[in-house]
Amino acid sequence: MESRVLEIKDFSMYYGDTKAVDNISMDVYKNKVTAIMGPSGCGKTTLLRSINRMHELVADTRTTGEIRLYDTEIHSISPIVLRRKIGMVFQRPNPFPTMSIYDNVIAGYKLNGIRLKRADRDIIVEDSLKKAALWEEVKDKLHRKGTFLSGGQQQRLCVARALAMKPEILLLDEPTSALDPKATTKIESLIEELKIYVTMVLVTHNMSQAARVSDYTAFLFLGELVEYGQTQKMFTTPEDKRTEEYLTGKFG
Amino acid sequence: MKSDTVFKYVLHLIAVIILALLSLIFITLFVNSLPSIKSLGLKFFISTRWNPVKGEFGALPFLVGTLITSFLALIISTPFSLSIAVFLSEYFKRGALSSVIRSGVELLSGIPSVIYGFWGLFVLVPVIRNLELKLHVPPYGVGIFTASLLLAIMIIPYSASIIREVMKLVPADLKEAAYSLGATRFEVLKGVVIPYSKSGITAGLILALGRALGETMAVTMVIGNANVLPTSIFAPSNTMASIIANEFSEAVDSIYLSSLVELGLLLIVVSAAINIISRWVIKRTSKV
Amino acid sequence: MGYQKDVKSLMEKEINKNLENNQSFIVNDKHIFFRKIYNILFKTSIILFSIISIIPLFLILFYVLQKGITAIDWDFFVKLPKPVGVEGGGISNAIIGTFLIILMSSLMSVPLGVGTGIFLSEYQNSKLAYVVRLFVEVLQGVPSIVMGIIAYLWVVRPMGIFSGFSGAIALGMMMLPVIIKNTEETLKLIPHSLKEASMSLGVPYYKTILKVVLPSSISGIVTGVLIGIARIAGETAPLLFTAFGNPFMNLNIFKPMNSLSLLIFNYATSPYQDWHRIAWGASLFLIVFVLFTNLVANGVAKKWKVEF
Repeated sequence: MESRVLEIKDFSMYYGDTKAVDNISMDVYKNKVTAIMGPSGCGKTTLLRSINRMHELVADTRTTGEIRLYDTEIHSISPIVLRRKIGMVFQRPNPFPTMSIYDNVIAGYKLNGIRLKRADRDIIVEDSLKKAALWEEVKDKLHRKGTFLSGGQQQRLCVARALAMKPEILLLDEPTSALDPKATTKIESLIEELKIYVTMVLVTHNMSQAARVSDYTAFLFLGELVEYGQTQKMFTTPEDKRTEEYLTGKFG
Repeated sequence: MKSDTVFKYVLHLIAVIILALLSLIFITLFVNSLPSIKSLGLKFFISTRWNPVKGEFGALPFLVGTLITSFLALIISTPFSLSIAVFLSEYFKRGALSSVIRSGVELLSGIPSVIYGFWGLFVLVPVIRNLELKLHVPPYGVGIFTASLLLAIMIIPYSASIIREVMKLVPADLKEAAYSLGATRFEVLKGVVIPYSKSGITAGLILALGRALGETMAVTMVIGNANVLPTSIFAPSNTMASIIANEFSEAVDSIYLSSLVELGLLLIVVSAAINIISRWVIKRTSKV
Repeated sequence: MGYQKDVKSLMEKEINKNLENNQSFIVNDKHIFFRKIYNILFKTSIILFSIISIIPLFLILFYVLQKGITAIDWDFFVKLPKPVGVEGGGISNAIIGTFLIILMSSLMSVPLGVGTGIFLSEYQNSKLAYVVRLFVEVLQGVPSIVMGIIAYLWVVRPMGIFSGFSGAIALGMMMLPVIIKNTEETLKLIPHSLKEASMSLGVPYYKTILKVVLPSSISGIVTGVLIGIARIAGETAPLLFTAFGNPFMNLNIFKPMNSLSLLIFNYATSPYQDWHRIAWGASLFLIVFVLFTNLVANGVAKKWKVEF
């Protein structure tokens, strides 16, 4: 039996009067990769950003329903606490250009005003970079600016930055959309390897990517959850006709 | 086709006229300062005695007066202009409060300098005089501090709008990255926005300083017009711009006029340098 | 993979041991409480400082309105200033002087400014455009008093007399950068396809610019001119030793001319209360004129905007 980390229950989200996410219920399981796919504008990024309450940065949004991290309703705790437990990697690599590679990794601690001993900092940086499979490439230039790295390396630096906070869940918002195929492969295998440390939710518009890296897949269409289940099963025997049409390229 | 060629020539000619205009401004100022440069030399900048009747032209009091008033104005205005920039670019991007502040600042920048001076003379000066009485300093009312306060009010809209432009250049995804790590808005500003726009903000503040250096009317009306080295920030003084405003039309003999023109030359050179350097810094920031 | 497993077993243990103290610190409620407090305090002070910054605006507007409104009546606009000691009188000469000087400045700077704006947008990446842009930046930063010196040296000294014309030269140079920048910005927004459409119909280049491109950007250009006018309408320093001021009515542009700003300065610094009263009235009129011009400029920018 899989153990549940996140429980989304009857969750809806509105931008002004427009419903972007419509009454979604699904569970996210520990140390698994859950992919959310669907055509653009289906609400997949909105759903992802609701999980760490990033949508609140945009004015005029409203939600109903529940999202529970273990047993805690996420809206009952402060977003600054929640976001540390649920990390995020974005579409475009966005290391902080004013910080070195080293400082980028521990940026979460620095920004949050948490003082660490130098030895602890070193350990966190090394560990996070190793987990993100970047250590060997950057260990000699930790104090250079992160923006000197290639796009794929920058994205792995962003993964390391998120991992450094020891999150329960890592949200990946189309993390390879700005990368070349080689860097994409590297990120995909990284996602495989990271499963032992962290639960991941991956938004992608690329169904073969969902098929390659995820254990569970949710298919969203027009804000609705059409189908949710084990990836293998969904890609071989979809239950819903719309899923089948999407997978066979009839729309989207 | 022929008229097209003429048109293109005319456009280029107009562009060259603009170049010629500014060059001519510099040349005119330089040529007319020559008598003073030749006969006074460096003494002009280090002598503290300004007595045109006796033929003594030492501009140090005005250099000092200009620097003190401008820097004091910059220091007073910085927290306010930074706040307005943060207010409009981070906290209230739209809505009623935002438009009140935005149009308020715009209106402030539209008020003519001479009206600032008039208001300063009749409202600010008595207030400062009372303050000086309480502080047991000579209660002139007019003086460096009054001028700086007035200047500060005048340059706030200018620096605020430049700083706001610079802060707008901070990419949204960097801020999002910081939020996603659990930072508060204050921490995002402190840790991401400010470091990213630091050099641009500095450039904006220096541009505002340049504005303050050359500001004339309001300062002339409240600074007290004393041609001696200021002894305190409450003392009456004169700036380069205000001495020109006060004495230019009565400067009859050639050295006297020439020395005032030399002050004008100094003003234009300093403000040109400030402009070129700051704009370059700001442009470089926007490219990162 | 094996290497990753090693990391997990070795590093994880060590880190958890090392971080035990810090970990408890991380979820420490007190720490988070203080961070939130700082956040709120910061926001409050930002709001406070921003509001304080615009208080002077209300103080100035209120004061000028309160003092100025009593000075303004019909005579104020149509009569000439009275000598010291005689009550009443108006500022008609200053009003007319101001408008004459603005008109002359605009006549001088608009063709040159619009032309430069066209040049900058047509030859955006040429070396000459780069230098011109730099010069325009510098020109915009020239202190206004220096413009006065220049007009004095160029016009007043050779002609041997202060004049409204020389004042207009000084103010015209101050208007130039504003008009150039606005024209350039507006023209840049015109889609290239519009120009191509016109050229493809066989319309010559100069006619395309003058008859197609310029008319579609007219709102931006007018806005620029109005902003320029608002900028110079209250300028005093460049007029001190050019237009100089004149207590009488004068329509000859080659003679000393009064302006609202000069009148305010001269009357404000005089010791006579009646003159102060008139200066407040003139200030009110000037502020209303400047703010109104800015308002119209914004209105033009919005209303006449050609959509693409």
